[in-house]
Amino acid sequence: VIWDIIGNTQFCSFKVTKSQNFCRNEYNITGLCNRSSCPLANSQYATIREEKQCFLYMKVIERAAFPARMWEKQVKLSKNYEKALEQIDENLIYWPRFIRHKCKQRFTKITQYLIRMRKLVLKRRKLVPLSRKVETRERRKEEKALIAAQLDNAIEKELLERLKQGTYGDIYNFPVHAFDRALEQQDQESESEEEEEEEEEDDEDMNKLKTSSDEEEQDESSEEEEVEEEMEVQTKASRSKGKSPANGSAARKKRAYVEIEYEQETEPASKSRAT
Amino acid sequence: MDITEVSTSQDGKGKKGKKAKKKSAEVDGEGSAGEEKKMVKSELAVAFPPAFSVSEIKNKQRRHFMFMKLKQEKRKQKMQLRKKRRKEREALGDKAPPKEVPKTIENQRVYDETTVDPEDEEIAFDEGTDEFSAYFNGLTNPKVLITTSDRPRGRTVRFCEQLATVIPNAHVYYRRGLALKRIIPQCVARNFTYLMVINEDRQVPNGMVLCHLPDGPTAHFKVSSVRLRKEMKRRGKNPTEHFPEVILNNFTTRLGHTIGRLFAALFPQEPHFVGRQVATFHNQRDFIFFRFHRYIFKNEKKVGIQELGPRFTLKLRSLQKGTFDSKYGEYEWVMKRHEMEACRRKFQL
Repeated sequence: VIWDIIGNTQFCSFKVTKSQNFCRNEYNITGLCNRSSCPLANSQYATIREEKQCFLYMKVIERAAFPARMWEKQVKLSKNYEKALEQIDENLIYWPRFIRHKCKQRFTKITQYLIRMRKLVLKRRKLVPLSRKVETRERRKEEKALIAAQLDNAIEKELLERLKQGTYGDIYNFPVHAFDRALEQQDQESESEEEEEEEEEDDEDMNKLKTSSDEEEQDESSEEEEVEEEMEVQTKASRSKGKSPANGSAARKKRAYVEIEYEQETEPASKSRAT
Repeated sequence: MDITEVSTSQDGKGKKGKKAKKKSAEVDGEGSAGEEKKMVKSELAVAFPPAFSVSEIKNKQRRHFMFMKLKQEKRKQKMQLRKKRRKEREALGDKAPPKEVPKTIENQRVYDETTVDPEDEEIAFDEGTDEFSAYFNGLTNPKVLITTSDRPRGRTVRFCEQLATVIPNAHVYYRRGLALKRIIPQCVARNFTYLMVINEDRQVPNGMVLCHLPDGPTAHFKVSSVRLRKEMKRRGKNPTEHFPEVILNNFTTRLGHTIGRLFAALFPQEPHFVGRQVATFHNQRDFIFFRFHRYIFKNEKKVGIQELGPRFTLKLRSLQKGTFDSKYGEYEWVMKRHEMEACRRKFQL
């Protein structure tokens, strides 16, 4: 009779109408608004609730007339999980299966989340909320930045520059003509250049090639030093990879000569680039 | 002329879009026979009564149709403008004005006063005496400890392993609930220079804490787009034990400089050029992209690179002065979203 009134079709104040069939009644055992789990519509009902300890609440038909005394807070369920289950069983002994089963399920769930809460408190883990809008915005920005970055080109350019500046020493033996041509081209370009570069490279390899510690890490001085040192490295045993020594030494000599010549030329070039 | 035009066009729309399009195409054809821009404009003005905008039509089909037509008109005008300009440029030949550079976000970037000038003495002095100076002077060799948050899942574990192969002298240890603050003194005792903690969320790595150990700065990053090695297309064989070179791009400001040095100190000072491997940290609009490649010089003008190793992107969230300390730490820089992300042209790194 009661369910016909407050049930699915009509109005129930505990029913959360916007979402799917939740019942806000605190005595509800499953939380859903169903015919079998509505505490108002069932005359024989039992719930587990916890206020610092789990209690089994029972409602029987004899007390339906006294709403204040309707729910009997019977049993203080013990902390031991299995004993508590037994207690539920013995108290609800002749009750319908559904209520017994749901009571036990609810109790299990409650103990589990209590355990989890205690664990979280111990772990000291801070939970930082994520905002979906912010996340999508960041993802989009990242994609655009990736496209703008043109990583492959940048890496290749950087590697070629390092090759030109000779940070690799004498490992790569390329024909000197093309090298000179490339250098000349670079000089012409740098003369017409006015502005400084945007990129700030950290002079990793400059540092690496320094044998003695340097106080300042400016572009010019390090470049000069490195060019000088590179010739030292060449004279010492370097890591030539199986190129014939005759060839290597010839190229080395020629290149050493060439580089001495260009040392003055590259200086102004490097200065203009740094300023 | 006006009234009849309007009525015919509207009638056509009333029946079917196609018919109306045909009619309007005819009208357009007549219109564009004369002078280009003016005719089109006047034709538009002629076709619609004044103070008319496309959004005022209530009928969705008609509104859509009118909007499409408007778009077409605009595109046509743009093409005509472009053609004209190109003709002018060709006509002028050498005397033509230089090509206009399109505006990009990098072009329009708000000038950051903390941009590092390569010759700034103060900065050079700072760098000579900061926490990384020991590394850059060749005194210490980097030794990295990689760990995760509690209970790492498969992806994170694999990511850690791959990171360990990329960074030379790196060790992976698993954390069973140990507090970071207690690990740190142990690490210092064992001569580690770096502590890297990869935080995980929903079975995927999403955060990284990079802590320079002997009392150095701690940086907290957000990690995104992690691609493991087997997900890479056209990748090479696994990286060897050679020390890779490091490329750091676009770290311009003071903060960027610090972060750049933080990354640089992860790798040993002397790269093995024989190994031909390079690790790149490229900063673009405050996102740091990490890539690991093997390169080969085909001749001195061309280099080929082949990607091996994992890739990920980082975004700096905070930088702390001392080692990792969430409660009492002194934050040198914290990402404050409302202030810093308000302007699209302003970046911190």
